[in-house]
Amino acid sequence: MSPSVPLQEMIRAIRSARTQCEERGVIQRECAVIRAQFRQSDNGGRSHNLAKLLYVHMLGYPAHFGQMECVRMIASPRYSEKRVGYLGAMMLLDEKQDASLLITNSIKNDLSHSNQYVQSLALCTLACMGSAEMCRDLAPEIDRLLRASNSYIKKKAALCAVHIVRKVHELGELFAPAARSLLSEKNHGVLHGAVVLITELCERNPETLERFRKTVPDLVQIMKGLVISGYSPEHDVAGISDPFLQVRILRLLRILGRHNETASDAMNDLLAQVATNTDSTKTAGNAVLYETVLTVLDIKSESGLRVLAVNILGRFLLNNDRNIRYIAMISLQKIVGTDHNAVQRHRGTIVDCLKDQDASVKRRALDLSLALVSSSNIRSMMKELLLFLSSCPPELRSQAASGIFNAAERYAPSQRWHIDTILHVLTTAGGDVSDETVPNLIQLITNASELHCYTVQKLYRALLADISQLSLVQVACWCIGEYGDLLIRGECQETESVQVTEDDVLDALETVLQSHMSSPATRGFALTATMKLSTRITENVDRIRSIVSIYGSCIDVELQQRAVEYNALFKKYDHMRAAVLERMPVIEKISMDQTNGVSTGEPIKNIQPAKVKQVEPLLLQQPANQVCDLLDLLGGSEDTLQPGPVASLSINTVNTAGGDLLDLLGGLEPVALTPQAAPTETVYEKDGVTLTLACEKQSDSGLMVTLTASNSSESDISSFTLQAAVPKSVQLHMKAPSGDALPARGAAKVTQMVVLNNPNKVNLKMRIRVSYSSQGSAFQDTVQIDSLPGY
Amino acid sequence: MIKAILIFNNHGKPRMIRFYQYFPEDMQQQIIRETFHLVSKRDDNVCNFLEGGSLIGGSDYKLIYRHYATLYFVFCVDSSESELGILDLIQVFVETLDKCFENVCELDLIFHMDKVHYILQEVVMGGMVLETNMNEIVGQVELQNRMEKSEGGLSAAPARAVSAVKNMNLPEMPRDINIKVPSLSPF
Repeated sequence: MSPSVPLQEMIRAIRSARTQCEERGVIQRECAVIRAQFRQSDNGGRSHNLAKLLYVHMLGYPAHFGQMECVRMIASPRYSEKRVGYLGAMMLLDEKQDASLLITNSIKNDLSHSNQYVQSLALCTLACMGSAEMCRDLAPEIDRLLRASNSYIKKKAALCAVHIVRKVHELGELFAPAARSLLSEKNHGVLHGAVVLITELCERNPETLERFRKTVPDLVQIMKGLVISGYSPEHDVAGISDPFLQVRILRLLRILGRHNETASDAMNDLLAQVATNTDSTKTAGNAVLYETVLTVLDIKSESGLRVLAVNILGRFLLNNDRNIRYIAMISLQKIVGTDHNAVQRHRGTIVDCLKDQDASVKRRALDLSLALVSSSNIRSMMKELLLFLSSCPPELRSQAASGIFNAAERYAPSQRWHIDTILHVLTTAGGDVSDETVPNLIQLITNASELHCYTVQKLYRALLADISQLSLVQVACWCIGEYGDLLIRGECQETESVQVTEDDVLDALETVLQSHMSSPATRGFALTATMKLSTRITENVDRIRSIVSIYGSCIDVELQQRAVEYNALFKKYDHMRAAVLERMPVIEKISMDQTNGVSTGEPIKNIQPAKVKQVEPLLLQQPANQVCDLLDLLGGSEDTLQPGPVASLSINTVNTAGGDLLDLLGGLEPVALTPQAAPTETVYEKDGVTLTLACEKQSDSGLMVTLTASNSSESDISSFTLQAAVPKSVQLHMKAPSGDALPARGAAKVTQMVVLNNPNKVNLKMRIRVSYSSQGSAFQDTVQIDSLPGY
Repeated sequence: MIKAILIFNNHGKPRMIRFYQYFPEDMQQQIIRETFHLVSKRDDNVCNFLEGGSLIGGSDYKLIYRHYATLYFVFCVDSSESELGILDLIQVFVETLDKCFENVCELDLIFHMDKVHYILQEVVMGGMVLETNMNEIVGQVELQNRMEKSEGGLSAAPARAVSAVKNMNLPEMPRDINIKVPSLSPF
C-alpha cells in the first residue's frame, strides 16, 4: 500500500494531543494549511490534502470548503486523485449541495472510461449520492453497462440501477429487460445484483411483478444448484454455499409467490428441500432457514410445509443462542395474525423470554405476549405481564402499560378484575401511562356501581401509601369526592373495611393539595373533591369552608377561580349547593370516532362565572351526552380557547382536570363556535370566498365579533388572513384565528374573534382586508362594513 | 438497505464512518454518540441486535453490531435486510480487512482510513450488499492499489526505485573472475 505520509503525520499529531483543546488547535492549523493549498492551483500532494480533510471530517470538524476541491480532483486524469476525489464527493456532497451538479459531467465521462476501475468509481458515487436529475441523465449509460461489460462492472451497474429506480420510479421500465437477461449469468456477484434489482422492480410496480413471475423456474433452478452442489470453496461460508445469494433469492421468491397459486406451487418442492437439508448449527445455515420459513409462511404453500415452518420457528425459540431466539420472535410476530393457534403453542417459551436479561429479547417478547393475549388465557397472561411491568426497563414501561390496558379492556373477565388490574398498573408505573387513562378509568368506575365502595376503599388506601403517581392521585381524588360517604360509612362487602373518619379523608385531600409533587391539575381535582364532600359529610363542613376560602387567593389562576366559585356556592347560593354537588350520573362509553368537542345539537350558552344563576338551568339538565362531549374534550381535543382573565367568558380551560368541570358546568361546550343565538350576516362574497360576521354584546361598551370564512370554490386556499380597522376611538383586539387554510368546497371553515370596546359609543364601522393565496397566486380584497348587525 | 456503517472503539472514538443517507455533520456526530451509548451498555452474552435509537430512520431500523477486541462494528439497517445475513457480512468484512492489512489491528484502521473506505466500497455500495466473496474483494483491492502505485508520478519515484532494486534479479557474482588489469607504464 502506498503510504500517504503527510496524512499519517497529521494523524499522529492529532493523536498526541492530550486535551480536546489541543486537538482542536492542531486541526485548525492543519485546516488552514489545507485551505491555502487548495487555493493554489497546481500541487503535487493534492490527494494527500483531501485525505487529511476527510479524516478531520470523520472526527466531526467542518469540512465544507473541500467540496470544490473534490470536484477538481474528480476531473483529474490521475487515478489516485480521482479515487480520493470520488471518496470526498461521497462523504461531503449530497444532492442538496450545488457542487454535486458539477460532477455529473465527470461521472458521465468516467462511465465510458477505458479503465474499469475508473468506471467502478463513477458507478459507486452515482449509487451513493446521485440526485434525480443525475440519475435521469445517466440511466441510458447504466443500461448499456448492464448489458455489455465484464462481470465486475455488471454487478456494480446492477446496484447503481437499483439506486436509480429508487430515485426515479419511472425508469424501472428501462432496466427490466436487462435485469431479466442478467439472471443467466454465472458470476455470483452479478446474480446477486440482478436479484436485488429484480426485487426492487417488483416491489415498485405490480405489472413488472407479473412479468417476472415467469422467472420463477429459473430462480428455482439456481437455488437448486446452490443447495445441492458440492463443496465450493469460493462461496462457502461455514459449509453453506453462498448463503447471501440464497437468502436474496428466497426473498425474491417470496415476493413473486405471494397471492399466486401457480408460482407458489413451483416453489413448494424447493422450499421443502431447503428446509430439510440446510445445516442449522451455524449462523449462515440459520439465516437461510429463517428466510425459508418466512417465505413458506408468506406464499400460498401447502399445509404440510406450513407446519414444518412453524416447527422450525419453535426450534429456533428454544435455541440457546440469543440471536436465534430474537429472530424467531420477529418472525412469530409477523405470523401471529394469520396462524394464531400455531403461535399460541409456544406461549410458555415466549412468556419465559420476558424474564430474559437481554433488553432486545424482552422487547420482542413483550410485543409478542401482548399479541397472544386472548380471553382464555387473560388471567395468567396478565399476571405475567404485571410481573414484567414491575421489573421492566424504563424505555419499555409506557408501551407495556398501554398494552396491558388494551388487553384488559378487551378481555376483562369481570369488572372488579379490570379495576384491580388498572389500579395495579397505576401503582407500579403510574408515571408512564398515557393521559387518557384518567378519564377512561373514571368512566369505568362509574359504570361499576356495585363496586363503588370497594373501589373507593382501595383508592383511599393507595392514596395514603403514595401520592407521587399522578394518574393514581387524580383518580383517587375524584373517587373520594364522589363516593366519600361510602368511604366513611365503611360498610363494604368485598373487602374488609377500614374505619375512616371524616377528618382522615380531609387530611388526605389536604395533603394532596399542599404537596409539592401535585401538579396544578391534580390540585384542581383535590379541591373539587373537597368541595363535593361538603354535601356528603356532616360534621366538618366548616373545615371545608376554610380550605376553600384559603385557595381563593391562590397564585394559580385556575385554582383561584375554582375556589372563588365554590366560595360563592357557600355564601350566596347555599341553597343550590346540594343540587350542584350531587352524584354524577353514569357516564356512557365514548367511542373513538366521535368527533371531539362538537356539540350534539345542544345550543351553546355563554357562561359567565360571576352570574352563577345561569348555572342552575344548565345543571338541571345533565344529560349524559353532554357530559360525554366534555369527556371528549378531555380525551384530547385541540380546541384552543381564548385564555382570558379570570372574570372572562371562558371556564373552558378544558385541558386541565375534567373532574370539576363535569360537576359544575355539565353543559359547557367550547365557545369558539359562533353562538347560534347571535345574528349573522354575510359581509363578503367573491370568488367562492364567503365571510360572515356575527356580533354579540358583551357588556355596555364591549362587543364580540366573530368572523367566519368559508371557501366554496374548487381549489384550496392557503395563508388566509384577515385584518380589521375600526374608527379611532374604538379599541380593537383580534384573537388568534382558528387556522389559515380553507379547503375547497366548504370542507372546513376559519373563524376569528375580534373584541371591540366602544366607550364613546360612536357609530361602529369596520373595514376588513382579506388576503389569501389560491392556485399559486395571491389575492387581496377590502370590504367596508357600515353597520354591525345586532348592535 | 444499509443506512450507515460505523466503526468505533471502546471509548466511542470513531475509526471509520460511512452514511448512505445524507445527514449534516452535527447529526452524524450525534448519531455516533447515541449509537456508542446504546451499544456500550450491552453485555457480552446478549444478542447482537438492538432497537430503540431515535435518530436514524425512525422505527424501522435496527442496529446490528459485533464487538471485536477494542472495536465495535455497527451496521444500521432497515427491515429489508436479513439480520443474520448482516451478521455474517460483518464477519466477511473483518476477515477481508485482516487479509488486506495482514493481522489488522486498530492502529491500521486509524492510519489507513482511506484504504478502509476503498475496501468497504467493494463490499457495500449505495447501501446495498455488493460482493461477499472474500477472495474476489481482496483481489480487486489489490489490483486497484497496484494501479494507484503505477501512476505514482514524481513523488513515488524513490519508492519505485527501492522496489525496483528489491525486485531486481541479480545474477550470482562468479567467484573466479580473473580481472586482467593492463599494466600501465610508470610516469
